[in-house]
Amino acid sequence: MFKNFFATRWGIIGVGGLIGVLAALLQKLGNPGNMGICVACFERDIAGAIGIHRAAVVQYMRPEIIGFVLGSLVAAYIFKEFRPRTGSAPIVRFVLGVFAMIGSLVFLGCPWRAMLRLAAGDGNAIFALLGLIGGIWIGTLFLKGGYNLGRVQKTYVSAGWLLPLTMLGFLILMLIFPHIEGQGKSGVLFYSLKGPGAMHAHLFISLAVGLAIGFIAQRSRFCTMGAFRDLILFRQVHLLSGVIALVVTAFIVNMIVGQFHPGFARQPVAHTMQIWNFGGMVLSGLAFSLAGGCPGRQLFLAGEGDGDAAVFVLGMIVGAGFAHNFGLASSPKGVGPHGIAAVIIGLTVCLFIGFTMRKRVS
Amino acid sequence: MSIIVDAGGLSCPQPVLMTLNKIKEIKKGEILIKVDTDTSKENVSRAAKSQGWKIADVQENEGGYQLTIKKE
Repeated sequence: MFKNFFATRWGIIGVGGLIGVLAALLQKLGNPGNMGICVACFERDIAGAIGIHRAAVVQYMRPEIIGFVLGSLVAAYIFKEFRPRTGSAPIVRFVLGVFAMIGSLVFLGCPWRAMLRLAAGDGNAIFALLGLIGGIWIGTLFLKGGYNLGRVQKTYVSAGWLLPLTMLGFLILMLIFPHIEGQGKSGVLFYSLKGPGAMHAHLFISLAVGLAIGFIAQRSRFCTMGAFRDLILFRQVHLLSGVIALVVTAFIVNMIVGQFHPGFARQPVAHTMQIWNFGGMVLSGLAFSLAGGCPGRQLFLAGEGDGDAAVFVLGMIVGAGFAHNFGLASSPKGVGPHGIAAVIIGLTVCLFIGFTMRKRVS
Repeated sequence: MSIIVDAGGLSCPQPVLMTLNKIKEIKKGEILIKVDTDTSKENVSRAAKSQGWKIADVQENEGGYQLTIKKE
């Protein structure tokens, strides 16, 4: 039987370590501060690029996200793991995706960025990571109590292709309508002229890194939520070792290239309202754990044919629309006018889902 | 006749949770676990080994995998 090296202890450590290096380098090559890779932020930028929200500073069709899905698709096909499947409560996954995004935008980062912010010395990330662990811990209580979203069904191969094809379509749009210097719109796509949305590595570098990470993450099952969930639920450190490797290598690269700036105030794309750094991530952590994967893992699953993970991804993109249109997203000045209300509503919805969707399946 | 855990169609951590619950329940013997993805197969194998169980057999079929784990 073929042994999957990436699923071994050294495999997951290698994958996490490589992601840390690549993420820190992407920042050096032009991505926003402590945002070499942020799945939530980048999906939010994609929502801006296609006009779902019109926050002018966060509009860019991030090739990393496209690469994550397509890289995973390639790996899944090469290793015969492409299994088109769907039907495990897609509407619930959509709603969880919406609130996972809202929670992330209250903190200003997904678990990936929380790790990268920590590795760059941003102390605010400590509160977010505590929140993330708290949210995941609540999720494990539901899992122990029988929470699950039911079984998937096998589906058409073409159904498994829909999100990868959507991503391919986004890439084609980007090639047809590239950014024109000084223009906020090119064809149908919106671009940022300033702010994080205007900061990015070269399209082909971003795409290549995205494809590489998508490939190795599919093989290794890298997941920033699963890392803590498995630790809490099973006392297993397998996935966690990959996440720790990410933080360590990103820290080392940050030190080498001068991106390590310890402190709390004036960190890039960050605020210091710690209760809401914590609270936003409790919401996100709970939503990710009820949905069975961090935002990156959902992209990799979508690449291997999981239609429910694809619905979660679409939920996150739509959630970014709500977050910016309704004033829920934070900014470096602090939380948005309705961010706190959104976290409370989101937690209520997640608890409603957790309490009402339990069934012993064995 | 071994005990069957049907985790087909369920995503992680469900297959692992179901396997560990069964392991706790019967302490030793043989369990046959049905899963449908490679990820679940790896996760269940890892969890079973951590409890001192051996992977006796892995069969691939159209719907996924059938694992047999054993503890004397």
